[in-house]
Amino acid sequence: MSINSSGWRPSLGANDMVQDVTGTVTGNRGLLLEEPLLFELGTAETCGVDLPVPDPAAANRLGGLERDDALALPGLSEPETVRHYTRLSRQNYAIDLGIFPLGSCTMKHNPRLNEKVARLPGFADLHPLQPITTVQGALGVMAELGEWLLRLTNMAGVAMSPKAGAHGELCGILCIRAALEARGDAREVILVPDSAHGTNPATAAFANYRVESIPGTPDGRVDFEALKARLGPDVAAVMITNPNTCGLFERDMKAISDAVHAAGAFVYCDGANFNAIVGKVRPGDLGVDAMHINLHKTFSTPHGGGGPGSGPVVLSEALAPFAPLPFVVQTADGYHLVEEEGAAEAGGEQAFGRMSAFHGQMGMFTRALAYILSHGADGLKQVAEDAVLSANYMLRSLDDVLDAPFGASGPCMHEALFSDKGFADGLSTIDVAKALIDEGFHPMTMYFPLVVHGAMLVEPTECESKATLDQFIGALRNIAERARAGDSALAQTPTLAPRRRLDETLAARKPRLVWQG
Amino acid sequence: MRYLPLTEADRADMLARIGAPSVDALFVDVPETARLAGPVEGLPGHAGELAVERHMTRLAARNVNAGSVPFFLGAGAYRHHIPASVDHLIQRGEYLTAYTPYQPEIAQGTLQMLFEFQTQVARLLGCDVANASMYDGSTACWEAIAMAARITKRKKAILSSGLHPHYVSTVQTMARFTGDAIVYTAPELAAEPDTAALIGRIDADTSCVVVQYPDILGRIGDLSALADAVHAAGALLVAVVTEPVALGAIRSPGAMGADIVVGEGQSLGVGLQFGGPYLGLFATRDKYVRQMPGRLVGETLDAAGRRGFVLTLSTREQHIRREKATSNICTNSGLCALAFSIHMTLLGEKGLRALAAENHRLACRTADRLAKVPGVKLVNTAFFNEFALEIAGDARAVVRALAAKDVLAGVSLGRLYPDHSELAGGLLVAVTETVSEEDIEALAAGLEEALA
Repeated sequence: MSINSSGWRPSLGANDMVQDVTGTVTGNRGLLLEEPLLFELGTAETCGVDLPVPDPAAANRLGGLERDDALALPGLSEPETVRHYTRLSRQNYAIDLGIFPLGSCTMKHNPRLNEKVARLPGFADLHPLQPITTVQGALGVMAELGEWLLRLTNMAGVAMSPKAGAHGELCGILCIRAALEARGDAREVILVPDSAHGTNPATAAFANYRVESIPGTPDGRVDFEALKARLGPDVAAVMITNPNTCGLFERDMKAISDAVHAAGAFVYCDGANFNAIVGKVRPGDLGVDAMHINLHKTFSTPHGGGGPGSGPVVLSEALAPFAPLPFVVQTADGYHLVEEEGAAEAGGEQAFGRMSAFHGQMGMFTRALAYILSHGADGLKQVAEDAVLSANYMLRSLDDVLDAPFGASGPCMHEALFSDKGFADGLSTIDVAKALIDEGFHPMTMYFPLVVHGAMLVEPTECESKATLDQFIGALRNIAERARAGDSALAQTPTLAPRRRLDETLAARKPRLVWQG
Repeated sequence: MRYLPLTEADRADMLARIGAPSVDALFVDVPETARLAGPVEGLPGHAGELAVERHMTRLAARNVNAGSVPFFLGAGAYRHHIPASVDHLIQRGEYLTAYTPYQPEIAQGTLQMLFEFQTQVARLLGCDVANASMYDGSTACWEAIAMAARITKRKKAILSSGLHPHYVSTVQTMARFTGDAIVYTAPELAAEPDTAALIGRIDADTSCVVVQYPDILGRIGDLSALADAVHAAGALLVAVVTEPVALGAIRSPGAMGADIVVGEGQSLGVGLQFGGPYLGLFATRDKYVRQMPGRLVGETLDAAGRRGFVLTLSTREQHIRREKATSNICTNSGLCALAFSIHMTLLGEKGLRALAAENHRLACRTADRLAKVPGVKLVNTAFFNEFALEIAGDARAVVRALAAKDVLAGVSLGRLYPDHSELAGGLLVAVTETVSEEDIEALAAGLEEALA
C-alpha cells in the first residue's frame, strides 16, 4: 500500500479496504483508532470559533499589503477538533499510563496541583512587560524558587532565564567565557568526557570553543589522570556530568574541581542527573562553578512531548557577577526586575546581556516551586534516596540476565546501565526495547551513553511502586532471556502497538516534512 | 509524602535484594565531606496540597492579571482569547506527560501533531518547511542568523532598527561570543520602517538582513525590494514575526522573498504567562532544510506499510553530531506547539482571517480615538493590531500613573530603550479582540488626565 495522502481512503477500491494488518474495514482495532491528518479532515470554510464576520468594504491601514493568496489552512469545528486531538493522544505512551524509564530523562509523576497553580490568572494572565508594581507576586515566585535552588546546591548566584537544559549549558559556558575575558585570559578549549550528553560538546562549540574529549576509566568514570594531564593555560573549562551518564557518582569530583581551579579553569556540571542527589548532596560542596538544573526533570514540570523545559543555572561566587540579564532583586519597597538599565547599581555591572526575550519560563517556575514546597527539604532528600534505591533494585534484579558493564563499580545512582553483550547473533538493544513496547512499557534509553556498546540506560525514578518495578523487571527478564536464547520473534516487535517499526531510512532519504496534499 | 509510593517495608525488601545495609550505603561514592547528615538546613519540610495552594494563591493575588483591567500591552507578547478546548486538550496526560517521541511506535500522537504543526507554520509564514519548534522568537532569531552564516559562509548580520530590542540583545549576546558582526541602530519615531537604510548597508560581507514584520513599532513595510537587494548581494533575508495573527491579514514574509522566517508563536494558543514558556517558529526553503536547527518530523511507512511519522534528519542534531551539530537545542516547546496547532485548527483559514480583521478593526478604532487626545500623535501610517504613539511627556511615567489607576496602557519605549531619551515619549499600544469599547474609553480618559 502506498502512502495514504488521499484522506479517508475514498480512492481505494473495495478489495483494498480490508487490510491484512488489521482485518477491519476502517483500519481501526477496537479502541485503537486510526486518525487522518487534519488536512484530510478540514476545509477552508470550517471554523471552530465564533467571530464577527469581517466587513469586506471596511477601510484598512495595512499599507497595501493585504493578504492576496490563500492560506491553505483547513479548520475544524470544535467537536471535530476535540475528537481529532483526543484520538491522536491515544496513540501516545505517557507517564500517566505507566513507568517511563528513560535514562537521563527523569520521567517522574507530574502532580496536578502544579498544573492548577500555574493556571491561576495571577500567574497565567500576566504580560512580561507590565509595570513591576503589578507583578510583585510573579517576581516573588522567581526569587523564592531561586533561593531554593541556591540552598539546595550551596551556590552563590542563579540565572533564571535559560529556557531548557541546553540553553542553561550555554548560559553557564558564556558566564565562564565572560569571567575569563574579564581577567584578560583568552582560552580556547573545553574538555568533555566521552560519556557526556551530546548537548555538552554542541554547546561548547556553539560558544566558539574547541572541544576535546577526555576518556573514561574501565570502571565507568572520568579518567582523572588523563584529565589532569590535559589541563593547561588553554583550557577554559571542564564539562562534567555528575552523577555521570553511566549512572555512577564521580568519586574524584572534588579533586577534579581542585585541579581544574588550580589550572585557572572552571568546572561546569551538567545537572541533568541532579535527581540522584537532590537534597542529599550539594554540588557547591564539590567545587562546581556552574550547573544547570532541568526543572522538567528533577522538579517535575511536564515534558509535554518534547518541552517546554526550563534550565536555571546556579553559579559559584566567581561566576555569579557575570550572570545574564534580567535578574530579580529585593529591596525594602519590594521586588525589582533588573533589565537593560540599573544593572550596575544592582551589582550586575558585569552581566553579559540577554539569553532570550523577557524573563524565563514563568509557567515552569510556578510548577517547580509548588513541587519543591510540597516535598520540602525532607521530601526532596527522600526523592533522591528512593530514586537511587529503585535504580539499584533494577540493577541487582537484572544483572544475572543482562550484562551490567559497570555492575562491579559500586552502587549505581539513579539509573542502571546494561548492555546487549551476550545476546544471540542478530539481536540487539533495539529488539529488547521494542519487545518492551508490546509488554505495555516505554523502553529505556537505547544506545546511550555512546561509550558502552548496545547501551540500555534504565531510570525508574522515585515515583514507581514496588509492584510496578517488579512487573517491569519480570517483563525485561523474560525478554532478556529470549534475546540470549536467540528468539528471532523479538526482531519483529512491536506488533501490538499503534504502529510496527517505522522506516527511518525512507524518512531521511526522501524527507516529507509537510503535508503536500 | 503523597508523591512517593514506596513503603518502609518495600524499602527494606529492596535493600535486601540489593544486599546493602542502608540507603546511605548506596551513596558511598560521594566524598564523605559532601554527604549531608540530614535534610538541607534552613529549609522548610514537606507541605500538604492545601498549604501549597494557599501559598501560591497568595503570591498570585499580588499580581494584577491582564484580564481584570483595560489592557493594551504587546511588544512581542499578545493577549488573545484562547478557546476553552485548547487548554483542555493539552492537559490530556498522553500529551502533557509524554517525552520527546524517541519511540515512534508509541508516540504517533505527538509525531502526527507535530507534522501537522510544521505544515501549518510553513503555510502561515509562506515557506516550504518548518521545524517542530524552538524555545521562543528571540532564540529562533539568533538561530536564523547562525544558519545564514553557515549557508553563506559570512559572519555579518544587519538588523533592522525595527527588530524587538530583546531580540537584538539576545543576538548581540550570542554574537559577542561567536565573533559574528552585528550591525544595528535603535529606531526613530518615524512613520515608515527603515527599509531604504537597510538596503544601503548591505555589502559583500553580509550574511543576512534581519527584519521584523510588523516591526517593533507596529509598522508594516513591503519586503520585496529588500529581498531583491539582499539576494543580489548573495545574502539571505531573515524575517521575524512576533504577532502571527497578523498573517491572517497581511502578506506572508515568504511570499515576499524571505529565505528564513522565524517567529514567536505565543499569540496563538499559548497564554501570556509572564513571558514564558513561549514557542519559537522556524521556517525556510526546501533547499536549506539540512542547515536547519531543531527537531523535524517526517512522514514514512511502518513495517506493515501503514503511514506513520518519525523524527528525521537527526544527523543535523547534537545527539548524533555532537560538536558539529547545527545547534545545541534539545528540548523545545512541544506542548506549546500543540496549543498553537489546536488553536490554528479551530480557527482555520476562515477564522484566522476573521480574527485578524477584528483585531485590525479595533486597532484602527483605538488609534482614531487616542489621536484625538490632546498631546497624543499617532506615529504609524500602516499597522495591524499595534501602533506607536508619541505623547507629550514621559511615556514610562504615564504608563506607571495609569497602572496605579488600573489601566495597563501599553509598553513605553522608555522601558524597552532606556538609553534613548529621544524615544521617551513613545508608547506602544496593542489592541486585540479582547479589548472592549469601555477599555478604549478608559485608556483615552486615562491619557487625557495624565497629559492634561
